[in-house]
Amino acid sequence: MSAAEEVVTEAPAVEAVPKRAMTLGYGTSLAVLAALILIPLFVKNFIIFQMTMLLIYGLAVLALNILTGGSGQFSLGQSAFYAVGAYTSAILMEHAGMNYALTLPIAGLICFGFGFLFGQPALRLSGVYLALATFALATAMPQLLKLGYFEHWTGGVQGLVVTKPDAPFGLPMGQDMWLYYFTLAVSIAIYVASVNLLRSRSGRAFMAIRDNEIAASAMGVDVALYKTLAFGVSAGITGVAGGLGAIAVQFVAPDGYTITLAISLFLGMVVGGVGWLPGSIVGSAFIIFVPNIAESISKGLSGAVFGVLLFLVIFLVPHGARQVAIVAQQLIAKLKKN
Amino acid sequence: MPTPNRRRIATALLGLAVAAATGSSASAQKKYDTGASDTEIKIGNIVPYSGPASAYGVVGKAMAAVFRKVNDEGGINGRKINFISYDDAYSPPKAVEQARKLVESDEVLLLFGTLGTASNTAIQKYLNAKKVPQLFVATGATKWNDPKTFPWTMGWLPSYQSESRIYAKYLLKEKPAAKVAVLYQNDDMGKDYLKGLEDGFASDPARIVGKESYEVAEPTIDSHVVRLKSANPDVIIFFTTPKFGAQAIKKLGEMSWKPVTIVSNVSASTATVMRPAGLDNAQGVISAAYAKDASDPQWKDDAGMKAFDELLAKYMPDTNRVDSSAMTGYNMATTMVEVLRRCGDDLTRANVMKQAASLKQFAQGGLLPGVTLSTGPSDFQPIEQLQLMQFKGERWQLFGDVISAEIVGN
Repeated sequence: MSAAEEVVTEAPAVEAVPKRAMTLGYGTSLAVLAALILIPLFVKNFIIFQMTMLLIYGLAVLALNILTGGSGQFSLGQSAFYAVGAYTSAILMEHAGMNYALTLPIAGLICFGFGFLFGQPALRLSGVYLALATFALATAMPQLLKLGYFEHWTGGVQGLVVTKPDAPFGLPMGQDMWLYYFTLAVSIAIYVASVNLLRSRSGRAFMAIRDNEIAASAMGVDVALYKTLAFGVSAGITGVAGGLGAIAVQFVAPDGYTITLAISLFLGMVVGGVGWLPGSIVGSAFIIFVPNIAESISKGLSGAVFGVLLFLVIFLVPHGARQVAIVAQQLIAKLKKN
Repeated sequence: MPTPNRRRIATALLGLAVAAATGSSASAQKKYDTGASDTEIKIGNIVPYSGPASAYGVVGKAMAAVFRKVNDEGGINGRKINFISYDDAYSPPKAVEQARKLVESDEVLLLFGTLGTASNTAIQKYLNAKKVPQLFVATGATKWNDPKTFPWTMGWLPSYQSESRIYAKYLLKEKPAAKVAVLYQNDDMGKDYLKGLEDGFASDPARIVGKESYEVAEPTIDSHVVRLKSANPDVIIFFTTPKFGAQAIKKLGEMSWKPVTIVSNVSASTATVMRPAGLDNAQGVISAAYAKDASDPQWKDDAGMKAFDELLAKYMPDTNRVDSSAMTGYNMATTMVEVLRRCGDDLTRANVMKQAASLKQFAQGGLLPGVTLSTGPSDFQPIEQLQLMQFKGERWQLFGDVISAEIVGN
């Protein structure tokens, strides 16, 4: 990274990312897409399931990336939105008998509303205080889900078991593969929408707020509206991811949506590169696969090994996958010149 | 070691008897499903080694120690056990991922001793659809005994409902006129306990004069205890987790109120409940147990306890032996080894379930004398007996006979 960025003058919590640097080039995008479409045809169902979870967590990390990388607001409460999305889908599928695909937009809308409302009081807070407020939300959520009043719908501590959908129209593919492609389609749609959102007027407003709130409001950006809007959009996408997660895992229970999940998503965002949307999937891979690697190194010390690996990543590539991508790009450019 | 030897001979004889009964043609043929071969049996396991419930990781370590010992002694019917144990950090989505990894990637014969009610619920449907045995799950919920809906899932621990039915049985017999008040935790565990008690008092529901529930989030349960006292019961029962059990017993002492007091087995630990509550307050409290307590001096020369201690000394020397999780893992793995031994050369998933469902009063060194495992095609709840115990001096003393909570036709 350039030296100019390292100059500290009341540094904003999140460094400015130019909007062109937020996405991948066309060629790389197509290569990644081709890999995501083709790989499942050649691997076991278990790997397909892991790839589905990769996309789902990738979506949740992307949502956080829009909030933090886009509008500069912190959140440690994404697990709460994820839980609301998951429960919305599960309850609609199991109690109302609704089609799984229809439950996702509803989960998204409910979470959008929830996030938008939560964004209102959050307006008064910034930086670490906002992080703490959202942290409170994340710790409260598992207990709220256990409350007796909702138990009829949520199943209380026992949770709800969800039925996995079959491939429609008699397509010759297994449940896992169908769910994967379904998730992939949803993910691509949300990714493209997110990229366009950040390139649009609203996206520019987000980034103006992130870079300097006072300057943004002087330029006529409605700071309050756009900050809550960023919260709403982020919560909505997280809700869709939660709904997909409930369908893929076939089970929702309060224990699945603890603060650990929120921290994992935060971790994924940092490892993937704050503000770099394609990094979301790299961050997602980190939070899914690195704990497994740590466990295979040492069962008793898996947490410590994970910590060491995380430390190495932060130390060697502090800007996450984005930094790796930029270095790779420069190398390729150099090779082309020679 | 006289007991294990005798058991081995007994098993061999049983094997012969089975072979004779079923005809030699079937038993001479080796049959395998995925995960079993002439040299190896692959067993999958999921235990929280990290995360909020990582204290239970000892269960998995004790299981691994038992299988290592069996392998060092030549394995089961000549086959080594390959015990693959993964961490789910007590998170249901992670448990699903690990279960699928075990079944589809590691290709295990069965899953054994998976821990946690939520994690097991999350993988139950998947394993039953795949027809992979989910044997001896490490949770006390009652729902694992449902062979009609889930023919591939079997519990192991005495269920919370069995335990509270035993308290009801005891009270009906010893205190026939006593009025009972109950304090329970408002979750699946507390409700399971309450249901068992109510079933036990089905003939006379008016005996339960007070019911109070508390949330885990409450800082103290003193007010609930005071409210229960106003119902003027003769017996008070605490279906609580350890922290609240200690609070409740202490509160009774402070109020100088001495009803007959019963605490659930979950809250019967000397170290984490009785001592913090104050030994004076804890005198005379009643609870129930099914396994031997490694901290109890009466088992010092017991053969079963010696075998347990030898295992710990050789295979997991850094474990705290009074940690009851070690005993739980040891006992469960012992049952698993026995079932695999009985399978002989027919290591199909169907036969594993069949053998697991035909345990008849099988005794183990780590269980209390008289507590045995029994299963059948419609009974997937191996342990249903407990023995009552009373706190005297500084430790629990067992009393009375082993009581069974099996309800015929349930």
